[in-house]
Amino acid sequence: MIRNQLLVCAGGACITSGEKSVKDVLVDELKKNGIEDEVQVIETGCMGACDLGPIVVVYPEGTFYQKVTVKNAGLIVNEHLVKGRTVSELLYTEPTSEKQARTSGDIPFYTRQVKRVLRNCGSIDPLSIEEYIARDGYFALGKALEMTPDDIIQVLVDSGLRGRGGAGFPTGLKWKATREATGSPKYVVCNGDEGDPGAFMDRSVLEGDPHSIIEAMAIAGYAIGAEQGYMYVRAEYPLAIERFEYAIGKAREYGFLGRNILNAGFNFDIEIRIGAGAFVCGEETALLRSIEGKRGMPSIKPPFPAQSGLWNKPTLINNVETYANIPQIITNGAEWFRSVGSAKSPGTKVFALAGMVQNTGLVEVPMGTTLRELVFDIGGGIPGGKKFKAAQTGGPSGGVITADYLDMPIDFDTVKEIGTIMGSGGLIVLDESSCMVDVAKFYLGFTVDESCGKCTPCREGTRQMYQMMERICDGKGHDGDIEKLTKLANVIRDTSLCGLGQSAPNPVLSTIRFYEDEYRAHIYEKKCPSHVCKHLLTYTVTSDKCVGCTACARQCPVHAITGEVKKIHLIDQSKCTKCGSCYEICRFGAIRKE
Amino acid sequence: MKSLEELKRIKEQTLKEMDLRQAKERGKVIIAMGTCGIAAGAKDTLMAIIEELEKADIHDVKVVQSGCMGLCDKEPTVEVSMKDQPAVIYGDVNDANARRIVREHVQGGNVVADLVIKRENI
Amino acid sequence: METRMLNVKINGRDYQVPDGTTILKAAREYAKIDVPTLCYLEGISEEGACAICVVEVKGARNLQRACVVKVSESMEVWTNTSRVREARKLNVELLLANHPKDCFTCEKSQICDLRELASELGVREVEFPRTRTELLPLDNTSLSLVRDPNKCVLCRRCVNVCAKVQSVYAIDIMGRGSNSTVSTFLDEGLGNVECVNCGQCLLVCPTGAITERSEIPDVWKALGNPDKVVVVETAPAVRVAIGEEFGMPDGTQATGKMAAALRSLGFDKVFDTDFSADLTIMEEGFELIGRIKNGGVLPLITSCSPGWVKFAETFFPKVLDHVSTCKSPQQMFGTVTKTYWAEKMGIDPRKIVVVSVMPCTAKKFEKERPEMKTAFHYWQEKLGLKDEEAFKDVDCVLTTREAAQMIREAGIDFTNLPDEDFDKPLGESTGAAVIFGATGGVMEAALRTAYEVLTKKSLAKLDFGDVRGLEGIKTADVDIDGTILKVAVANGLGNARVLMEQVQKGESPYHFIEIMCCPGGCLGGGGQPISDNPDIKQKRAEAIYKEDAGKPIRKSHENPEIKDIYKDFLGEPNSEKAHHLLHTEYCDRSCK
Repeated sequence: MIRNQLLVCAGGACITSGEKSVKDVLVDELKKNGIEDEVQVIETGCMGACDLGPIVVVYPEGTFYQKVTVKNAGLIVNEHLVKGRTVSELLYTEPTSEKQARTSGDIPFYTRQVKRVLRNCGSIDPLSIEEYIARDGYFALGKALEMTPDDIIQVLVDSGLRGRGGAGFPTGLKWKATREATGSPKYVVCNGDEGDPGAFMDRSVLEGDPHSIIEAMAIAGYAIGAEQGYMYVRAEYPLAIERFEYAIGKAREYGFLGRNILNAGFNFDIEIRIGAGAFVCGEETALLRSIEGKRGMPSIKPPFPAQSGLWNKPTLINNVETYANIPQIITNGAEWFRSVGSAKSPGTKVFALAGMVQNTGLVEVPMGTTLRELVFDIGGGIPGGKKFKAAQTGGPSGGVITADYLDMPIDFDTVKEIGTIMGSGGLIVLDESSCMVDVAKFYLGFTVDESCGKCTPCREGTRQMYQMMERICDGKGHDGDIEKLTKLANVIRDTSLCGLGQSAPNPVLSTIRFYEDEYRAHIYEKKCPSHVCKHLLTYTVTSDKCVGCTACARQCPVHAITGEVKKIHLIDQSKCTKCGSCYEICRFGAIRKE
Repeated sequence: MKSLEELKRIKEQTLKEMDLRQAKERGKVIIAMGTCGIAAGAKDTLMAIIEELEKADIHDVKVVQSGCMGLCDKEPTVEVSMKDQPAVIYGDVNDANARRIVREHVQGGNVVADLVIKRENI
Repeated sequence: METRMLNVKINGRDYQVPDGTTILKAAREYAKIDVPTLCYLEGISEEGACAICVVEVKGARNLQRACVVKVSESMEVWTNTSRVREARKLNVELLLANHPKDCFTCEKSQICDLRELASELGVREVEFPRTRTELLPLDNTSLSLVRDPNKCVLCRRCVNVCAKVQSVYAIDIMGRGSNSTVSTFLDEGLGNVECVNCGQCLLVCPTGAITERSEIPDVWKALGNPDKVVVVETAPAVRVAIGEEFGMPDGTQATGKMAAALRSLGFDKVFDTDFSADLTIMEEGFELIGRIKNGGVLPLITSCSPGWVKFAETFFPKVLDHVSTCKSPQQMFGTVTKTYWAEKMGIDPRKIVVVSVMPCTAKKFEKERPEMKTAFHYWQEKLGLKDEEAFKDVDCVLTTREAAQMIREAGIDFTNLPDEDFDKPLGESTGAAVIFGATGGVMEAALRTAYEVLTKKSLAKLDFGDVRGLEGIKTADVDIDGTILKVAVANGLGNARVLMEQVQKGESPYHFIEIMCCPGGCLGGGGQPISDNPDIKQKRAEAIYKEDAGKPIRKSHENPEIKDIYKDFLGEPNSEKAHHLLHTEYCDRSCK
């Protein structure tokens, strides 16, 4: 008889942090204590608090253990399970109150979230279709098959669900258009390419709750009249591919995919298609070309995929997170969906909180949550006592939200007014030590690499912009560069063929708008105020701290430092290559970096 | 899978297996599992309580362990803390007594007076 | 069903435009506004890559591409706001930033679309530096074409023509983003892949990225060598197009001026490939009759288009025994000149340099084929020549453009030259030969001869209208005095592929198929003047048929010089001597 269950987070991040070895230790210790038949060890999907992994939660207590290693995993068995003593060293300490949290219910990171898309992630074994069913899985499909396709689409329209991939197009309208399009056969496609650096919402859903997507795609197939679905996953997600493949197998076994599903005379099946390392294949038309076996390059819209998609047939293509909302909307209705969020952006949004913030990981909150709540209440604020500077949103397609807008509610439309987008949910927190010019350059470098190369403005224009940013960060900026960057950025936005090019200049435009002074410092003063841009740093010896140990002089690869033993040393600026070795090696803090 | 009935059956069956993870609203049963408790047979007490709750089909009451409660000569000790009711500590809870406590207090709502450790007795 | 008319506003004025029209067409045809384009090629390349044709559309967030966006009811379009003009200029500047600045020496500078665009849009400075620091190597591997990827603006016209029109797929975009280039499989080079040398890519390239391999220096050298007897032969399609190079109206018959100009350049003899076209008809016509009578392999397929021949060898080696063993007129001419004519005139064949002026780039490849040394083999025993002394039947091939360039270099005033005739012999030709230049021409010429030979009756109507015209595939049932001959004519390799798949499956219902590699036939060949008149092929075809109609002799077998060459030299069509000299063989170039 099972008296305890150990839920071990097996999301991608925790696995990389050694979850498998931790799990092996737990299993071993249970055996050693002879309680392996009383205690079940279950691997779940991502629990969200990725910074705290590996995570083990003991039920029924709900005790939340974080940063479990192979050295201390045994304590969970020997102390908690055998002796009933909570292992306090593994509990989470809330940084501001410094209180220890016993369960996730004591951790604001969790309590402030509204888990709808992520409701099963971290609570069920993703490989168990039975556990999915126990959580009302596949009941929505059953209900949908008893509705008419038009009614299903009406529920979606009423719910106001908007595409979670970033564009925010009303999902109900998309389904309607695909249903009404002429052509046969029709297709259902799920966009699991998730190319934004730092975004892993879709990956966690695919790894942690794959059946929710299978169910949603089946509902979609029924609604639009398709019998074949394709799940397009980027090749960099092997765990998601593995688990989704397994889930498809299980779904077929249980009759949720295949012929005559639930005796409703409805056939539907799903195949996986794997990407090959191109960010541009996250763009819907490029993705469809990729599935067709062609070069992944965007094509002009119209025609839209709803009218002419895969092999020129009507195709419904939605993002993973969008699909994840579908079964619950069918089960609970449009009003329920609208009960959280904002009027024009109802529902929840999963954000990937990362960067200089205490609690990094996945958080799901109602649309309209302010940036302050996300960064401070849920994110736990900025570590090291540093000050919040800005949040970069939307990956390489987005700009920044500055401290002045901390109380701005975040949804599809609000952030557009200040020149950024919510995008797919990437949220990188930046503190005072970040150089905004460098951040913009980083994202631009990404888009330059990933541009498909078809249209002139994106192919040539973004590279020109990037080289300008490089010059500026190297201290070779000219008067007029800001104007030139802005002009070029506007034409690239105005004339690029697809969303990649149209949004590529956003990080630069946004940082120029809010941090023009940093650009000016780089260009005119040849200085980087945040001390990030290597070529603009100056290393000097602080005379009152230098003891003349000669360590720096010996370390310097270009012999730029001169000085005798026990005498103050001097760095020859004309020779200095700004490598920073002297700074690293000085034990007396006598090298100043500015 | 051909019908909603089949689906419901799987759901109910699996929920039972996932029982331990569900939120328990109605109450909590704590068994002291310190060294003294274990020596006095608290393990059997624990298993008996879990079994009885299963038999009675009760899924909204949590069963947890704690360390030594301090009432070492009355081990095994069990605390029953039902929602909106004062917590009650029972002593000498062997297998048979454990089952009584489940049936009479948890299920029936009546405190098992003769097993209660009165404050005055400490 | 009538097409709906939509109300559209362009630059503030109202127009009624049929539903389904693009903004570009609407502007050009209705509002008489020429929205500039670069990568757009109607029906072939419509990808919206260059971002030059952008226009403002009311209600649209971004600028829209006029070449692909269709008009809608009440659409308001602005084609020349400052936002539009700035965007177009900036995109051109971005292309110019990485473009070589050698317009003074670039051979395409006079007709370069990019240069013209920059000029039209008023680009006065290029604010942007080069981003591509390394120069890409030239592709010199082909005998016909040279590619300079540094001048490529990635408009994708060449890729689309090679894929969609010719179905060869020899080139595609390699790499991604700003590392994209147009290249061949594993960068092997055009000479090492399936490229058939047709030059259609050259015709559509808007810059100097694709040019022909120039033989002008070789020809000047030969002309300047007093020891050589330099003769020139000209293809039928050249004479109706060369005038364009000198500003004459499209479709001018410039035969007389062409002969005069070539003579003025210093050629010892100016002959006419049309002579050997008649010869080809004799050989091929009798080959057809022979196969029909003796149960030979049918359908018989023509072989005068070297681009088509390489296509067959690469993609359809199994149909090679259908292909006529006749050489092309160019090659027959070279052989005949260095054997029959050399003997007749008492000239040492080693002194003869045969130059041909062709509308074709593939002919440069054809003359280098190892089997094309027939004259040498004819003379080897007679003169005791060693293998190393082998010489080609045709020494140099000039495209129409190259010939015009030489005429310009020589300062000859082409348009004002008085007409002159070709030299005799080997200068007499019939109307049947001249129509070789148009698609369906070989078929028609062959039918004129085959009919009379088979029926021994005179053909009343010489025009076989069914096989004329620019459609991709034309078919006809020809009544040869009771026997129905089923014929098909295809131009453009995409259409050839359709017919060949039938032949390969054994399902072809035809007796005789004419294949021309280039759309429109030779008059649309890769060596022709580059024109921006969409009706240019129509015009050149009209000129060719006019020339045919005006010829006193219009059937190949009635050409007196042809009668002479058989009487004096070859014997009969398909005789053993004719076979040795005028027929050839093919090889399997497919991937094993």
